[in-house]
Amino acid sequence: MASTHNGATARLMLSPAVVLLLVWMAVPLAMTLWYSLHDYQLLMPRGNEFVGLENYVYFLTDPAFFQSLANTLALVMGVLTITVAGGIGLALLLDRPMYGQGIVRVLVVSPFFVMPTVSALVWKNMFMNPVNGLFAWLAQVFGMRAIDWLAEVPLLSLTIIVAWGWLPFATLILLTALQSLDAEQQEAAKMDGANSFARFVHITLPHLARPIAVVILIQTIFLLSVFAEILVTTNGGPGNQSTNLAYLVYSQALLRFDVGSASAGGVVAVVLANILAIFLMRLVGKNLES
Amino acid sequence: MARASADRHKLLVTVVAWGVALAIFFPILWTVLTSFKTEAAAVAIPPQFLFFDWTTENYAEVWARTDYLHHFTNSVVISLGSSLMGLLVAIPAAWAMAFSPTRRTRGVLMWMLSTKMLPAVGVLVPIYLLCKRAGLLDTRTALVIVLMLSNLPIMVWMLFTYFKEIPRDILEAARMDGATLRYELLYILAPMALPGIASTLLLNVILAWNESFWTLNLTAASTGPLTAFIASFSAPEGLFYAKLSAASTLAIAPIVVLGWLSQKQLVRGLTFGAVK
Amino acid sequence: MASIALKNVSKSFGGREVISSLDLQIERGELVVFVGPSGCGKSTLLRLIAGLEEVSSGQLLIDGRDATQLPPAWRGLSMVFQSYALYPHMSVRDNIAFPLKMAGRDKETIERKVNEAARVLNLQDYLDRKPRELSGGQRQRVAIGRAIVREPVAFLFDEPLSNLDAALRVNMRMEIAALHRQLGATMIYVTHDQIEAMTLADRIVVLNAGRVEQVGSPLELYRRPATLFVAGFIGSPRMNFINGAEASRHAATTIGIRPEHLSVSTTAGRWQGKVSLAEHLGSDTFVHVEVAGLGAIAARAAGGLDVRHGDTLWLTPDESCLHRFDEQGRAIGA
Repeated sequence: MASTHNGATARLMLSPAVVLLLVWMAVPLAMTLWYSLHDYQLLMPRGNEFVGLENYVYFLTDPAFFQSLANTLALVMGVLTITVAGGIGLALLLDRPMYGQGIVRVLVVSPFFVMPTVSALVWKNMFMNPVNGLFAWLAQVFGMRAIDWLAEVPLLSLTIIVAWGWLPFATLILLTALQSLDAEQQEAAKMDGANSFARFVHITLPHLARPIAVVILIQTIFLLSVFAEILVTTNGGPGNQSTNLAYLVYSQALLRFDVGSASAGGVVAVVLANILAIFLMRLVGKNLES
Repeated sequence: MARASADRHKLLVTVVAWGVALAIFFPILWTVLTSFKTEAAAVAIPPQFLFFDWTTENYAEVWARTDYLHHFTNSVVISLGSSLMGLLVAIPAAWAMAFSPTRRTRGVLMWMLSTKMLPAVGVLVPIYLLCKRAGLLDTRTALVIVLMLSNLPIMVWMLFTYFKEIPRDILEAARMDGATLRYELLYILAPMALPGIASTLLLNVILAWNESFWTLNLTAASTGPLTAFIASFSAPEGLFYAKLSAASTLAIAPIVVLGWLSQKQLVRGLTFGAVK
Repeated sequence: MASIALKNVSKSFGGREVISSLDLQIERGELVVFVGPSGCGKSTLLRLIAGLEEVSSGQLLIDGRDATQLPPAWRGLSMVFQSYALYPHMSVRDNIAFPLKMAGRDKETIERKVNEAARVLNLQDYLDRKPRELSGGQRQRVAIGRAIVREPVAFLFDEPLSNLDAALRVNMRMEIAALHRQLGATMIYVTHDQIEAMTLADRIVVLNAGRVEQVGSPLELYRRPATLFVAGFIGSPRMNFINGAEASRHAATTIGIRPEHLSVSTTAGRWQGKVSLAEHLGSDTFVHVEVAGLGAIAARAAGGLDVRHGDTLWLTPDESCLHRFDEQGRAIGA
């Protein structure tokens, strides 16, 4: 194909995508940067003076910021732990011969395709509601106090909701990777005297190391921006207990109409995500491309 | 002896697997079941599992009293629109990179990946304000454009991995057989690329349908797609579980079913081809 | 059928020269085999002739006309790929018909030619199947069928048999030889297997690191190898090479003697040694003998020879079949 496709044609075909993504990235980011350096209140558009880094100081010294940072971290780590550990377990389970494997896979995969607003509301009302929820009923059956999940342990509740949605993703990826594991390697290990546990540790786990890294990378990208579930259940509350960085910026922009501060927050979010991305991409980057 | 224990093993695995799978699927199952209950039955303690008076009144009510169809149409237009437009741009790009790679190709691909890592919240303010000034808040157009741009990296990567899998020597054989570039594209390359393009379209329709950041921020509840429609239920007025369940079931059913059919595409698309 | 000539052809990939100043003349109707170890440039050379790669410098002539700049479709050649490269979404019939469709022939001609090719290659029952439903040997024949219908001026084969199992390989080898006789076609055949080369070729081109070591008929290469490389490449098991005192005695840096040109005796002979390995094939026995001062020598003996590891054996070379090489590895004398 190289000799019939000269470089100019290829560049032409590539350019729309590159130009669009460049604009998509550069223009809004530049604007965010600009806003972050000005005092821009949505409700008082006339007061538009340059304030330098004042917005950043305001945003970064707000105790809500540190809390949201901690919450973001806790949420991401919590979901990652549950999904990776659960994903490995489920993948190992589903890789075995069983009856009705197709249906089992379908059942396990479903939560990923439920839109976040639906899953959050279902969990909020039908499971976690302290009066009518199933968890409350279960607590009653076991003689325990019914917990008001979203009010008492909002971050934990959100972790459960988000992890439920992402578990299928980790499971599917790891199961696909498991199925590419050469059966002959396992047989050679058996001949070498390794029992199931040893085989898992020395052959399966190393083979899964790369897919696990990919799962962690991809999930982290999406988990940093968890938003809908918070909006629909706790609205960041009580107080700021379940506010993550994304929700904080949103609340500054569209609830308090403080564009300047929200933009500063947006820039902070981008910087943090970039640091994480560079670190993670270096770890995984060379494996991502075939 | 080994045969009997292997069968017993299989049975044990089956039981455990089905148990775990049903536990995971339970919230969805519960939602579907609740959608057929009366509101009173929906909040009854102890919870009624299968033996209640099944009714379709909730579905009738959702259909009649809310404009579910309007939101459904919005979801369809936004999902299909952004995916198709994305394909228009992504196919040539992936094509060029797969079949005429240069030293910069890898760099471009990694850069595209990095744009996907941009947290949406970082550009929420300017996008919102831009849409406001252009009068595009609360429109399908804005969402089609934003979602297309948002998913473009995934589409390009996915198509790239599919195109790369087309064996080079089949294309060379076509050239030896006397095919001009046009015929090579038409008769050989296009039919072999079609499954990959379809898979990419499928995955992106699913991702766009479920997208819950831009759809919630750029629309008001009354004019948005299904994600926003459901979000409007978050402030409950009185007993409404059954109605919520009916609306939810209607909202998720098509995509969950599509999802069952697209598991392989999901793995390839969301890992940027790293796991196949 | 056409003759093909390469004049001073070189090919570089990004600064690395893989083929250097190559001259070659292939006559009409010849079956020429390019043979050599992996990476010697034989496949690259084939692809240059096909037009799938561009020549870095030099000229390619087909029937005397300069074809160096012509795209593949215009050279009138057909190629059978190592992986067969069948179009997976087309039936066997459409695969074979494709070149004719590209040439713009009418439907009746296409159908007639496809059926004829199918008959010649025994594919009539498979015409409506897809490639994935066929076995390796069947796919191979479809690939050959697709090459035949174009009625090219020359056929190019790129290691067509390497993906087949041993028994099938022998059969297909005979079929290709029969095809050559039947069509009288010019054929260029690339392989790393010297047995395929010896059995199929009218002439063999031995390539090493982008250069032609020798061109000649199979027997010429066997009897009068021009270089150390060719001597060691052609002939199985490999020729024995001896340096040092014994070589100097023959006024050469290295001498070579094939295992089949050594006579073996349990009582007396020129060289004495201990058997390190004896391979009993039934028809022959191959013994590997450690001879003091010479090293390990392989010799072919009669099938019934009863020798085992550790036995003492005497080997005597046939002087008329002894090859002498100088320091540069070139053959001395003719």
